[in-house]
Amino acid sequence: MAGGKIPGASLFAKDRSVALSDLARVTFLDTSRETLQGQCILLATRDQLPSALALLELDGHARRIVVCPGDLPLQYLPEIVATAQVDAIAIDSGASVGPDTVSGVRTITVHEQPRALAQPGAEGARAIGAIETEWVLLTSGTTGAPKLVLHTLASLAGHIPAPAVASTPGDAPRTWSTFYDIRRYGGLQIFLRAVLGDSSLVLSDAHESTPDFLARAGQRGVTHISGTPSHWRKALMSGATGRISPVYVRLSGEIADQPVLDGLRSAFAQARIAHAFASTEAGVAFDIDDGRAGFPAGLLDQSPGGAQLKVEDGTLRIRGARNASRYLGAQSAALLSPDGYVDTGDMVELREGRYHFVGRKGGVINVGGLKVFPEEVEAVINAHPGVRMSLVKARKNPITGAVVVADVVLAGDGDSPAPDVMTRSIVESCRNVLAPHKVPAMIRYVASLEVSASGKLVRPGA
Amino acid sequence: MRSTIVAQFQRVASEQNRKIAPLADDLALLDSGLDSLSFAIIVAELEDTLGIDPFDTTEMVDFPVTFGDFVRLYEKSMRAG
Repeated sequence: MAGGKIPGASLFAKDRSVALSDLARVTFLDTSRETLQGQCILLATRDQLPSALALLELDGHARRIVVCPGDLPLQYLPEIVATAQVDAIAIDSGASVGPDTVSGVRTITVHEQPRALAQPGAEGARAIGAIETEWVLLTSGTTGAPKLVLHTLASLAGHIPAPAVASTPGDAPRTWSTFYDIRRYGGLQIFLRAVLGDSSLVLSDAHESTPDFLARAGQRGVTHISGTPSHWRKALMSGATGRISPVYVRLSGEIADQPVLDGLRSAFAQARIAHAFASTEAGVAFDIDDGRAGFPAGLLDQSPGGAQLKVEDGTLRIRGARNASRYLGAQSAALLSPDGYVDTGDMVELREGRYHFVGRKGGVINVGGLKVFPEEVEAVINAHPGVRMSLVKARKNPITGAVVVADVVLAGDGDSPAPDVMTRSIVESCRNVLAPHKVPAMIRYVASLEVSASGKLVRPGA
Repeated sequence: MRSTIVAQFQRVASEQNRKIAPLADDLALLDSGLDSLSFAIIVAELEDTLGIDPFDTTEMVDFPVTFGDFVRLYEKSMRAG
């Protein structure tokens, strides 16, 4: 394929690719799109490409599409299926989501090889129009079970200019890529930019090294590429940034600090480097391309792209058409405050006319773009027989933004094992049930933890 | 300095159940067998041991790519600090 040109825009996975225009005449689903009209489909494919194809085929037909990232623990599926009222689960050919976990729900297979549509062209490559399909994204919740966030294509893509506006004749064609899984908010943004702009997209792959991914993106001529600051630090440390020569480099999902912005500036001297603020609930709020961490305070008065911003009680609040509508589920908290703003939970501090992100309200920890709720880690530590109580918090880190650390009060009847033995034992019990980024990187033993008058642990920044 | 860093790499690798390659100067960090989370923990542990975080300075121009770069970054920061 080196040097060769594929006509039209394509989705490029590691081993295969699909031309977007093909979706007008073929289908990858084993069930006709008409049959799925008005249904709720959950996408649980292992790889990104089958989910991407199912999204393109089902939008406009399905009533609701629930988009699950590839690493979703299967234990949460039954609850998600019930909450979102899922009719069918889309899986890869050859894969199985485990019949016991989702009894009573049928599966749809997304095949690797397409078959011709009965009525080619009748449905169009992107079947937008018939129904305004609800898109449901997952985000981490306090207990470890994901929260379901309800969007529409309009709220997800509202700020993405239509192709006619985005590219004037004579513009070089764009090729997008992202380190993100496109089934997470940050990745989905890039997916939508590509397909709505009729541009190609190079998908990342969970089993591919950073240099190999960058080489593959480079071979496809990537011009626009996004990732979290942690993705980018890893790319910078891979020494392989020379394999791509993008004109646009985007960071989102975590605090972009000055070293990573400077590192990217030095690696990609010709590129526009922008750090975006977005969250699954609030949507895309703004992007900053002056090469400096934080954002100018003046932005609050400008409503960038129509998003209204304010800072209240130290956190950034966002209101606008890109906000999600609500959380699904009867027990769910309200997504919007009474005044219609989403509280992002991101604490900001004003220094010399610029707001800087300083962490998360309530101690939510962002490790390399993945959220960790202290409570879920504390619950595991506190279940250890040698522990009385614990406080889990973030420690700032130049590689992943933050790491998880814990202050632990031992049950202490004087005969606790040596600290290093205890630490190994606590870490071991955390590893058994928690994802690696949630396991405390460091444990400190303290005599006591501060408890407020209301009987709650005093958390930093809460 | 080097021995402190080597010891830290080995300790974190064993904690994270990862096999690491021999720590030669020209070893690419991403080929060492460690992931980002492991590096994050190493940098945090070194900050506690040595009292420096060379990543958190305005002088740092380039992210280290090889193990040798990593050691030199700490040596330089130690001299400056």
